[in-house]
Order: sequence, then C-alpha cells, then structure tokens
Amino acid sequence: MRAFCAAVTSLFLLFFFASSVMPVVEEYTPPPMTEGMFPCSNCHATMEVNRKKRVLKEEHTDIKLHHAETMRWCLDCHDAKNRDKLRLYNGDLIDFTESYRLCGECHGPQYKDWKAGIHGKRAGYFSGQGKRVYYLCAHCHDPHGPRFKPLKPEPPPIKPKDS
Amino acid sequence: MQNKRYTRREFLRNASLTALGGLTIPLFSSCTKEEAEDFLQRHFREMTPEEKRQVIAKLEQRYLQKYGRKFQISTQEAVPDTFWAYGLELSRCIGCRRCVYACVKENNHSRHDPQLHWIRVLRLKRGNLINLENSEHYYDPDLVPEKGFIYLPVQCQQCQEPPCVKVCPVHATWQEPDGIVVVDYNWCIGCRYCIAACPYKGRVFNWAEPNIPKEEINPSVHYLGNRPRMKCAVEKCTFCIQRVRQGRYPACVEVCPTGTRKFGNLLDPNSEMRYIIDRKRVFRLKEDLGTEPKFYYFFEA
Repeated sequence: MRAFCAAVTSLFLLFFFASSVMPVVEEYTPPPMTEGMFPCSNCHATMEVNRKKRVLKEEHTDIKLHHAETMRWCLDCHDAKNRDKLRLYNGDLIDFTESYRLCGECHGPQYKDWKAGIHGKRAGYFSGQGKRVYYLCAHCHDPHGPRFKPLKPEPPPIKPKDS
Repeated sequence: MQNKRYTRREFLRNASLTALGGLTIPLFSSCTKEEAEDFLQRHFREMTPEEKRQVIAKLEQRYLQKYGRKFQISTQEAVPDTFWAYGLELSRCIGCRRCVYACVKENNHSRHDPQLHWIRVLRLKRGNLINLENSEHYYDPDLVPEKGFIYLPVQCQQCQEPPCVKVCPVHATWQEPDGIVVVDYNWCIGCRYCIAACPYKGRVFNWAEPNIPKEEINPSVHYLGNRPRMKCAVEKCTFCIQRVRQGRYPACVEVCPTGTRKFGNLLDPNSEMRYIIDRKRVFRLKEDLGTEPKFYYFFEA
C-alpha cells in the first residue's frame, strides 16, 4: 500500500514537473505555397541539378529574386538533394513549416522579436481556449522579394460640411 | 397657532405634490411605455443581475426588430488579473486605414450621416518629430506609404487618469477594473463635456440616428462596447471589450497588414506589451498632460 502511494505520488510529481517545464506547443499557420507546387520532388526528383544563375524560363517564371540576389541563388536556401526541404547554414534540413529558422540565421533581431510576438503578426485568441493564429515570416514577406509592396489606402473620412 | 401652521404646511405639500403630478402625467402620457421604461432605467453599475437580464432581453428584442438579427449581448465583467495596454510601432505603420474600417465593421459604427470613426490616422512630415498641429488625416494618395511622411494612428488612449471621466456630470463613463474606459450609452445625456475634455479626440458623438446596413451588422456585442448606439450618445474605442475579455485580439490588431499593432496584459510578465515596454523605445502621446495613457507608441532604431 505504501509503495503504491509512493508510486502514485512520484508519478503525479513527475507529471506536474513535466507539465510546468514543457514549453507550450506553438502552432503556426501553414506556409503560403502556390497550389499544386508542393511537394517539389514531384518534378525535381528526376531532374538534373543546375546550380547556374539564370533567368527561369520554363517553370517558376513568377520568381524574380530580389533578396540579396548578388550573393545568393536557389540552392543556398533550397536543398539540392531533397527539394522538399530547406537547408540551414550548418547543413541541417528543415521543413517549409519551420522556414523561420532559416530567416532567423541572417535576421537575428527580427527573429527574436518575432518569437515574442512583436515583429510580425498574431491573430485569433491570445488566452483561453480559442485558437491562436501565428503567422510565419513568409506570410508577409515573399522570401524571393521580401520588401513590402505599396498598398492602396482605404478612403479618407468625409469632411464635415462647411455650411 | 400650532393647528394653523400644520394646515399651511399640509396645504403646501399637497399643492406641490399636485403640481408635480400635473407635470409628470402629461410627460409620461406623451411617450410610449417603452420610452418611459428607458427613461427610468438605472445606471449600469447599479443594476442587479435580474435588472441586467431584463434590459438585455429588451434590447435583444429591439435589435431583432430593427436589424432582423438575433443579437448576443454580453455583460461579461473584467477578467481578474488583467490590465490591458496597446502598442503601436510607428516605423511600420503605412497609413493604409485598414484598421479604421475593420473597427467600423466590428463595432457597428454609423456608416454615413453621421460617419463615425474611432481611429484617426494622422499623416506627419518625416523628421518633424510629433507635431500634431501640422498633421493631416484626410490624405488620399493612390498608394501608401508616401515618401517623406510617417503615419500616426490615434484612438482612445485608455488613460489611467481619464479627463473625460472626471468631467462627466452624470457618471455615464467610467474606468473598468481592467483599465478600459467605457460608456453607458443609455445613461449618457449627450452634453459632450467628455469630447471637449479629451486631448486625443478619442470620442465621437451621434448627431443623428446611426445608419448601419442590416447585412453588415455584427450581432456579437457587449453592453458597454459595440452594441448599436442611439442618437445623442457619445461613443469611443473600448479596445474591443467584447473580444479582449474573451482572450481575443482587437479587430484593428487582427486586420493590420504590417503587424504594427500590438496588444497585451500589463500584469502578465510574458505578454507582448511587457516585452515592448522592457525592450523598446516607447513614448505616449501628450505625456505632459498627466493623463497616463495605456497606449504605447514605439519604433525601431
């Protein structure tokens, strides 16, 4: 009986400790992808790797790289052998859902702020049972041309009449 | 002698009661029962839970008739251990006014005649510091952001020492325990002292009966927040009281395309607002007035 009690207590303590230490699981909104594109290996698995900088004429014609393009090309971020993954500097492969780790390698301060919810945007619920909506870097910044495009503003308020 | 005085006093009392009655009866006979009930409705903070239920039922019935939708009117009280604050990053705002119209929709504003906005986006010349006198809020270019300008959205700053609350002669506006300044629209007499007292132009007035398209109505409302207002009531930003008390971000935060707007609980050390105040360069508008706003503007170096 005593041993049973001790076992129960230790189990309970373990659970309590684990739940207080375990980080909150954060879910991010799935990355924005052109429909029908993913998985990339559908096409790339059988294609030859071409590392040359060139204008893309057959596929991905919408991509115009404006992201430090003088010192970068596709395979600096996309992995050459497994096109369904992104590649960190140290060679680790990550999923597209974790792309923020790749962005964070250069943009440290923004990455730090983003993890705290300051850079970037959060929506939905911030407490209670409701759904948290956390956006990835790529939801606001196109990774191939990250600068914000100018927007058309909503109409100004109506001026009060002079009469 | 004593007998005579007694009768005189009695006479006066009877006479004044008759006069009062004579004045009141035509007053109440000229208005419907509903209007008389509204007139006699108590201040929100003095209502018993039963009275609140009756008022909510009456309002739901009235909104159903007027807008053809079933409303959910909440009277949810402040959540314990919450004290809300707002953050806005000036270096990221592009002045697109998405927040203005998201607020209009969420909070059931009158769309035209009168057109009421709780958020005013000011455009300032870059490099002039915050000189509000030279600001412009009717700007209308084809594309924003414009070169050489910065944008400064202003709404109710939810002051800790709110001048609007101090001047209200009938206590129709007050600060809730979670720091939000609210208005009991039914208690408001429309004197507009609060509008004159507010240094941020945070309050607006219903000069006429509000115009809200039936199909655009938001039926999920709070009694002290976004329920449809009436003519002669003053209204203001409530940090979307109907959302934040359920743990949901305000509408302007959700809609902002650049993530300029931040919201959080000052009593929670892990909240976004605490992070901003600890690590960023923050300032508040017109701090010298001593209004202690809970609306923090900040910017990157």
